Amino acid sequence: MKRLTPYLLVSPYLLHFLVFVAFPVGFSVVLTFHDWNIISPMKWVGLANYGRVFRDREFWQAVWNTLRFLVVHIPLQIAIALFLAELLNRTIRGAAFFRAAFFLPVIVSGVVVTILWQQLYSFNSGLLNRGLVGLGLGRVGWLDDPDVAMYSIAVMATWKNVGLYVILFLVGLQSVPEQYYEAADLEGATTWQKFRYITLPIINPTLFTVVVLSTIGGFSLFIEPYIMTEGGPLNSTLSAVMYIYKQAFQYYHMGYSATLGFCFALIILLVVIVQRRYVEKEV
Amino acid sequence: MKPLRYILLTVAALTFIYPFVWMVSASLSSEAGLGSLTLLPIGASIQNYMTVFERIPLGRAFLNSLFVAVFTTGLVLLSGAMVGYALARMTFRGRDAIFYLIIFTMTLPFQITLIPNYITMVKLGWVDSYLALIVPFALNSLSVLLFRQAFAGLPQALIDAARIDGANELRIIFQILIPNILPTVLTITILTFMGLWNEALWPLIVIRDEATMTMPQLVTLFSVGGRADGQLGVKIAAAVLLALPIIILYLFFQKHFIRSMASSGMKD
Repeated sequence: MKRLTPYLLVSPYLLHFLVFVAFPVGFSVVLTFHDWNIISPMKWVGLANYGRVFRDREFWQAVWNTLRFLVVHIPLQIAIALFLAELLNRTIRGAAFFRAAFFLPVIVSGVVVTILWQQLYSFNSGLLNRGLVGLGLGRVGWLDDPDVAMYSIAVMATWKNVGLYVILFLVGLQSVPEQYYEAADLEGATTWQKFRYITLPIINPTLFTVVVLSTIGGFSLFIEPYIMTEGGPLNSTLSAVMYIYKQAFQYYHMGYSATLGFCFALIILLVVIVQRRYVEKEV
Repeated sequence: MKPLRYILLTVAALTFIYPFVWMVSASLSSEAGLGSLTLLPIGASIQNYMTVFERIPLGRAFLNSLFVAVFTTGLVLLSGAMVGYALARMTFRGRDAIFYLIIFTMTLPFQITLIPNYITMVKLGWVDSYLALIVPFALNSLSVLLFRQAFAGLPQALIDAARIDGANELRIIFQILIPNILPTVLTITILTFMGLWNEALWPLIVIRDEATMTMPQLVTLFSVGGRADGQLGVKIAAAVLLALPIIILYLFFQKHFIRSMASSGMKD
């Protein structure tokens, strides 16, 4: 009995792992070789689903959209988070208030944030366009122009998440001993040199965390385009998860959408590996 | 230098707070008041809220969300504590293997398991039931790891003393040890509750019946479907109602929210 106790204690984990991790991973491999609409029997199609992924323009469009999202989202997020963390780092009075304010959008549902920004971005009645018109400028199709819409979503996502990264950077910044900067001042180092050679190496792990979390976030994007644009205009905001969802629940292509899931996961892995090499080499 | 810093910080803080203030004010305005930068509602009325409640069962959805989030958080705490304790304080064959499985699970993109998990729900007959919203989330790897870490930091004497008194492992975990790691319990509670409260994708997949929907799902469908009649004020009122409970919790526990989220971010 005594020897069984630890196994009894971990049994909830094992059960959960079998049902919600091991089985789905195994089953999704099986699914990728089949055509299946859940109701009729599964039909073996060999590698046809994988072949289809390569030729599927919407799949590559979704990958491309995600990369366009990340190209704006990651640098913007890092720049703003670092800037705000730097401001907060030497602030004592009111620091708790500012931190709490920056963090507010982080805790709120993406659904709320999306509905809010949908109104800000609205072509005719949105506050942004009213502001532009008020300044005598033309309206921008924030969500209506296929060349703009994904970047608008990237800016919104930055607004929602940046508070978390401010906190993470702040933890990093506060671990830099003040003496380092004092010594650098004595040597006559410039602000940029201090940032490049003291701050950056210390916050590098946080930088990597931000890059990886944003990448995963980009590939997980769903509710934002689902509510704002339904993937449009012209599929320009179609995201990876939206496309999986569409194949599974609009067309009932379970085999194909499982294949998509696999391929997107593979791409996430590749992107993260590349980022890891790059970020680590950089400093 | 110092005033400039405070000006910048204040501008930034307003950028994050004001949109929420505007939301509340716009939701209380007539449709005409929506396009302006206001602090106070224009033509104040609660018509938008009345319309929301007329068109969708948001009260019911609130209770569903509350039930699912509270119940599941309880299960996450129970399962996390048991597994975390075994991993931290007991030696048994396969312990390291389980630990690595947990790490693997955490790095596994959900895009892989989404479709098969939906099929599991269909085969179990759980579509449109609370079980589909609760059971898949009843245990999570992060909470196991956080419990494991917290239990590992406690002195062995605490456990030995309890054993001499004849306490079994469950009593040791839940009566003796848990009171010593309340900050960890709070962290896990906040992360889990917030994640469940805001989750929209999974409910959209497994729930079709309006009576079982949680708030984010119902508000999403209301917003994209035709039932808001393109009335922005009504959509925004629904969004305010969805945001309100978590913002109220945040006002009480903001430091804990921030610390919890930061610690989960650091784990990755």
